[in-house]
Amino acid sequence: MNLILEPIVKILIVLFINLTLVSYLVLIERKVSAYIQNRIGPNRVGPWGLLQSVADVVKLFFKEDIVPKDANKFIHSLAPVISVVVAFSTFAVIPFGNKITLYGNEYNLVIADVNVGVLVILALTSLGVYGITLSGWSSNNKYSLLGGLRSSAQMISYELSMGISLIGILLMTQSMRLTQIVAEQGGYIFGFIPNWNIFLQPIGFIIFLVSTFAETNRLPFDLPEAEEELVGGYHTEYSGMKFGLFFLAEYASMITASAFIVTLFLGGWQAPFIEYFNFSPFVISLLQLSAFAIKVLFVLLFFILIRWTIPRFRYDQLMNIGWKVMLPLSLLNLIVTAFLILINIL
Amino acid sequence: MLNLYDYIFYFFAIVILGSSFVVVFSRNIVHSAFALLFTFFGVAGFYVLLSADFLAITQLLVYVGGILVLLLFGVMLTNNIVNVEIKSGTMQTLPASLIAALIAGLLCGIFYVSNWYLVPTTPELLNNTTAVAIGYAFITTWILPFEVASVVLLVAMIGAVIIARREKAPEVE
Amino acid sequence: MEPYIPIFLMLVISTALAIILLKLQQSLGPKNPNKEKLSTYESGMEPIRSAHERFSIKYYMVAVLFILFDIEVIFFYPWAVNFKMLGLFGFVEMLVFIGILFIGYFYVLHKGALKWD
Repeated sequence: MNLILEPIVKILIVLFINLTLVSYLVLIERKVSAYIQNRIGPNRVGPWGLLQSVADVVKLFFKEDIVPKDANKFIHSLAPVISVVVAFSTFAVIPFGNKITLYGNEYNLVIADVNVGVLVILALTSLGVYGITLSGWSSNNKYSLLGGLRSSAQMISYELSMGISLIGILLMTQSMRLTQIVAEQGGYIFGFIPNWNIFLQPIGFIIFLVSTFAETNRLPFDLPEAEEELVGGYHTEYSGMKFGLFFLAEYASMITASAFIVTLFLGGWQAPFIEYFNFSPFVISLLQLSAFAIKVLFVLLFFILIRWTIPRFRYDQLMNIGWKVMLPLSLLNLIVTAFLILINIL
Repeated sequence: MLNLYDYIFYFFAIVILGSSFVVVFSRNIVHSAFALLFTFFGVAGFYVLLSADFLAITQLLVYVGGILVLLLFGVMLTNNIVNVEIKSGTMQTLPASLIAALIAGLLCGIFYVSNWYLVPTTPELLNNTTAVAIGYAFITTWILPFEVASVVLLVAMIGAVIIARREKAPEVE
Repeated sequence: MEPYIPIFLMLVISTALAIILLKLQQSLGPKNPNKEKLSTYESGMEPIRSAHERFSIKYYMVAVLFILFDIEVIFFYPWAVNFKMLGLFGFVEMLVFIGILFIGYFYVLHKGALKWD
């Protein structure tokens, strides 16, 4: 029964943390955007607006669920569910810590330690297209349809460079297991720089980061819901909790994407210089967990800052960057990395 | 006595059969395309059940992430979504059922005649991905088919461009 | 097989979560539909014709090219995890593979199939 029970406990904990983080991420985003635009932001509900997220969620539950009469009811309801499932389930393979010992039992701090973890994430993110495309189609709204189409074309275009930019890491680690990839990022370059892949694969990191922005439909790549052109994009015809689920999915996939970036490029749960102190194994486990959390929060903050500082691309620019810059660049990065490994530099 | 794996097997079998039933008999072609998603997913589940992890992921990445998106685009391009008459006018019930029965019999025959080779599940097998073995085989034993695959893809690429851009003059960028 | 069970559980539990949230809202929220409310919002105007119109072939083109490139990328992964073992031979082998891919890529570019106008 341990085969089932242990993962379920982990899943529930992860889902709970993710849900809480999503609701506060929305608040953080609103606060940050407010400060960037010289406003105060939400400050009425609770001290510093801290209960704003709770109020938002409660409000969503008491809204009317409107399905337009021309919409395809079944697919209209199913699309947001797909989005949420894809956004959350990707977290299953991400190692958020090393082993931890609780009451004499050792637990791996990862839900599913599979040997093709990298590919599992890629495969699951490629399912994200469906939620958006089908919601756009089922709404029977021209703008929604266009938003859905744009987004699927955008997501599949950037998936290519995303997939190729990862290969540099696979070449170095010779493994697709995410725990292995994180474990390899311990140690130091020249004795003081942490051995993180961001320093070994800078170009791969940039390509991957940009592709992630495109995959999660965040500004500057948020063309699927470009308000000025497409009203609200693929979720124009959604209301109530269905809209809430899209919202949830957007932020949850942001968290997952950040966790993926941290795992691949920023050392995962590795906390540098920790071995110079005499901590007990349990404290080390906790510190590594918090190192992971801090890194993820840092990347999330970066996501938010970018959203409020960089204007949106035009659609032709977006496709050009994806196919004519990112794709050849990632292939070039792949060849150069392979060559450097071959002559024993990396 | 059914163990956990049997339950998983039957679960995926039901998913595959049920969704393919919808694919074939649904009146709405978007529903059909959508049901195909679950069929592909179930097949990926079978691959996982067989410890063919790389194959399962490839199934998801290529079929679900690529080909089905293309299918959906194609379906969404059409104007008639609901109540499409997919059946052709001629009903060849007898030959069709004969051929179906023949193929089913052949498959069952192969199933019973085949000498199934059971691989014992060892910890090494569970921990190592099949991707390593596949990659090694690609570059060593099956090197020619591997390179031919890239040529096939090249041909497909050229074909796609020619079909889509037939009427326009080539533009140099 | 065992390592994949948690992924499967994750899919099941998150689906359940999404459906519970939907059902909870549907039981809590008000239901006062009327004709205007149920009409398509679109952009606030009366929608003209159905939304299921034909769209540009380019989206289709992108999907076709994606599949082809995606298959090539899939071939990279098993090669990459073997790279240190295969050494120079594997490197040259993959250069040939990427070279053929690039011929196709430049053809596509030259023909302007990726041009958005």
